[in-house]
Amino acid sequence: MTETPAQKVARLARLRRDGGVLRDYHAAKWNEPLIMEQSVPGERGVVVPAPEPAVEAAVGKAADYIPKGMARAAAPDLPELSQHQTLRHYLRLSQMVLGMDLGSDISEGTCTMKYSPKMHEELIRNHKAADLHPLQDESTMQGLLQIVYDCGEYLKSISGMDAITLQPGGGSHAVYTNACVMRAYFADKGELPRRNEMITTIFSHPCDAATPVVAGFKVITVMPDENGYPDLEAFKAAVSEKTVGCMITNPEDTGIYNPQIDKYVEVLHDAGALAFTDQANANGILGYARARDAGFDACHFNLHKTFSSPHGCEGPATGAYLCTDELARFLPVPLVTKVGDRYHLAYDRPDSIGRVRGFLGNWMGVIRAYAWIRSMGPEGLKEVAEISVLNNNYLDNLLLAVKGVSRPYAEGHRRLDQVRYSLAQLKEDTGVGTEAVRDRMVDFGIQSMWMSHHPWVVPEPFTPEPCETYSKADLDEWAAVIKLASDEAYADPAFVNDSPHAQPIDKMKRLESLEDPDQWAFTWRAYKRKVLGKA
Amino acid sequence: MADKPFIHPYIPNSVPATKRAMLDELGLGSVEEIYAEIPDRLRFRGTLDIPPAIVAERDLERHCMDLLNRNTSSEDGLNFCGAGCWQHYVPAVVDEVINRAEFVSAYCGGDYSDLGKYIARFEFNSQLGELLDLDGVANPIYDWGDVCGRAFRMASRLTGRRRVLVTDTMSPMRLAEARTLCQPEVMPTHVKIDFVGHDPATGRMDLADLGRKLGDDVAAVYWENPGYLGFIEDQGAEIVRLAHAAGALAVNGVDPITLGVLTPPGSLGVDIACGDIQPLGMHMHAGGGCSGFIAFDDADPRYAQECPLELYSLLETETPGEYAVAEALPDRTSYGARDQGKDWVGTASGLWTIAAAVYMSVMGPQGFKEIGETCIARSHYAAKLLAEIPGVTIRLSPAFFKEFVVNFDGSGRTTAAVNKALLAKGIFGGKDISTEFPGLGQSALYCVTEFHGKEAIDTLASAVTEVLA
Repeated sequence: MTETPAQKVARLARLRRDGGVLRDYHAAKWNEPLIMEQSVPGERGVVVPAPEPAVEAAVGKAADYIPKGMARAAAPDLPELSQHQTLRHYLRLSQMVLGMDLGSDISEGTCTMKYSPKMHEELIRNHKAADLHPLQDESTMQGLLQIVYDCGEYLKSISGMDAITLQPGGGSHAVYTNACVMRAYFADKGELPRRNEMITTIFSHPCDAATPVVAGFKVITVMPDENGYPDLEAFKAAVSEKTVGCMITNPEDTGIYNPQIDKYVEVLHDAGALAFTDQANANGILGYARARDAGFDACHFNLHKTFSSPHGCEGPATGAYLCTDELARFLPVPLVTKVGDRYHLAYDRPDSIGRVRGFLGNWMGVIRAYAWIRSMGPEGLKEVAEISVLNNNYLDNLLLAVKGVSRPYAEGHRRLDQVRYSLAQLKEDTGVGTEAVRDRMVDFGIQSMWMSHHPWVVPEPFTPEPCETYSKADLDEWAAVIKLASDEAYADPAFVNDSPHAQPIDKMKRLESLEDPDQWAFTWRAYKRKVLGKA
Repeated sequence: MADKPFIHPYIPNSVPATKRAMLDELGLGSVEEIYAEIPDRLRFRGTLDIPPAIVAERDLERHCMDLLNRNTSSEDGLNFCGAGCWQHYVPAVVDEVINRAEFVSAYCGGDYSDLGKYIARFEFNSQLGELLDLDGVANPIYDWGDVCGRAFRMASRLTGRRRVLVTDTMSPMRLAEARTLCQPEVMPTHVKIDFVGHDPATGRMDLADLGRKLGDDVAAVYWENPGYLGFIEDQGAEIVRLAHAAGALAVNGVDPITLGVLTPPGSLGVDIACGDIQPLGMHMHAGGGCSGFIAFDDADPRYAQECPLELYSLLETETPGEYAVAEALPDRTSYGARDQGKDWVGTASGLWTIAAAVYMSVMGPQGFKEIGETCIARSHYAAKLLAEIPGVTIRLSPAFFKEFVVNFDGSGRTTAAVNKALLAKGIFGGKDISTEFPGLGQSALYCVTEFHGKEAIDTLASAVTEVLA
């Protein structure tokens, strides 16, 4: 629908009210065909080196070395496209991505979308980092090993823990590593399979519930009490001689710091169980509180959240897993060690759980985290935490003034790094819920907001996290978008429910196909067959 | 300087006036009043044991590069080590795309606002599906060893059986990762891993041994192509037949760079394929370039329903001619179902899938055919030169793709000693496999790809000759 001049004037007036912090935005729209549809037989994007004549003279044709029956019969139906056309296609796709560098990722709470300094990208793209083979002799990667070792020392100090591995390929992977380490600890004590229950809370990340199951445990999920804290009585009731430990977050997704967290740990320790805390989001407590000081035996950090490594369209990522000396012998192989001024990869560790990832891990993330920590120093890290908390409370103040927004639980208590809000009132009043507001906010160049992991304990949830990266103007802008969406919902709910209006594409349809085997299409070949009816 | 507050370039609101204005809005004297939420007994009052900040970007860059410059990269010298992370050429256009700030800095944005990411992801899945000849491709996660374990667990769920048979030439590193996922025997949900022997002359699977070990408790038979030790396994169709006859699934680990010239798993009748996309446009990054995929035959919907990784499906919009991409079957993942999910998903390797999408696009069918032919030709040329050196022999099948076993028993030297001497000449020799596969004696697994020209191979052969002289 084309906007009339009068409608445009009215719309811009709405954007510019109250000091005019909202922008007249439209996402890039390229109407770009799929790369498979652009194929022109005979075109090509790159030429591969051919075997030299002397090589061919020495060994003959490659085809002669392929055993009978193993030569591919029909060429793969890949696109045939020249280099510029291919580059242009992917650049156009990149323009239809509202990356953190362009937009405002305050929206993506629980993810700590902070600025990833560009100099760090230069480091990891340098051949001294990018073109190392993981098995090359350790004498040829002393620089990298020193970075990894020292970064580990810093993270130990930040958590208070004794030992670390940087092998896991993401936060959930580090959480899984914990389940395996706890398993090994109790196997060593001969307490498996008697101990087979892991405790988590509903406001902890789903991986805290999912990964213990992969390790072979049953999971007990504790629900919040009326103040939003994990119910301590329910927690006590869940602990028994079967308990392996807990895998919980603090602050949880609600942003509420649990002031009795050490009591939960004590309950576990009294039962001979272990305590792990998921610190994917440690931003609000850097230098202010340490997992070890609350009694925890282990914790983890996501280097791509708190420690600035970029998220890269969901990876690659690095999980840092830390634990006490008592658990250290179970850590995966290899570990980075230091003897004198030399750094080593220690493989000879008989009690290790083995491997969670191949080779060494995603150490691009470690290089970036190292550089970021060095750019901050101890005082800078505390400043990060302090400004994150200040930003969050400032935004909180603005959002609670918006009609239809509420903040469940723990009235009178301030949140640290993030808040889980509810739009239940807005939904009840107008029929506009959190999904519609999410789709509306992208029309202002603000990334769509993270609502909540499932299940939605808080109805119509959303969870902003305005970490230290964002300026006061950014916070004002974000709150103004929510305010505008609320105003629009009360005035013209259909307009909000029809969102988005300024994106590369129209509203999606045929959503039922996502659950229908006859219609879902995970590849173009499947789409051609199932939807287009072409073999 | 000393009395001026330091304003960090990454923290705009550290400007005192801004901070003060925000606190005033909140009616607070300081942020410390918010931190009162943390009880004093849990507060950290010390100073973190971290060096003081290096505040100037140039100083930090110099400090970090001084450290990194202590590394020797495979650009500084010659690398012939593969073993699961291989040196292939990365076309510049691939790096150009994945270094775009939009891709580097995006996370889990919405279907509309991150449309380009989801389309690129679908194009990756589609192109990998063409290489594999399979309709179902899931969103990749950590690496090949991880997806091996996940494929075994997926096969176990699909069949209700708790034992898998794997070739005993499987990569020991991948096996270690799979073992962690399949749990120790003491756990009631353990999936047992048993081994099928191989022909010592060629490395190919011993089908008689497979036949003996198959039974109605076997969930899957797993083999690799090329095998970890480099040889092309040409019995895939027969392995599939034997597995299916026993009611087991055929799970094939595959290096996708081979599939311009080698028969793809789908054409062999494989049920689940897995492997690593690192060769498809990723720098090695000391192993960080790895990323594991799972693909399957989508004829039976249960495969998608039991797949532990995210699945994305192509959709249309209300405007004719527009596409969108959205997650299919989200309720079965850990994000949808927590402890009831199929394994777990999390931040995995999104940027690498975009790199691989670009790589497959620029290579096209012609590029994949050529790279296959060049890898075979140059690796055989290298093997031929090395075999001519007194004391050196090539072990296992003469049909290999880019990796092959070089044995030094006849030279009286250990592989470790040979590698040490080569390193002094700026050459990273093949992976020492004398501990992993003692039956192969003092051997190394060498890798030669299209990256290595004749000159580099000749340099290697001369160096080995000198080392053994």
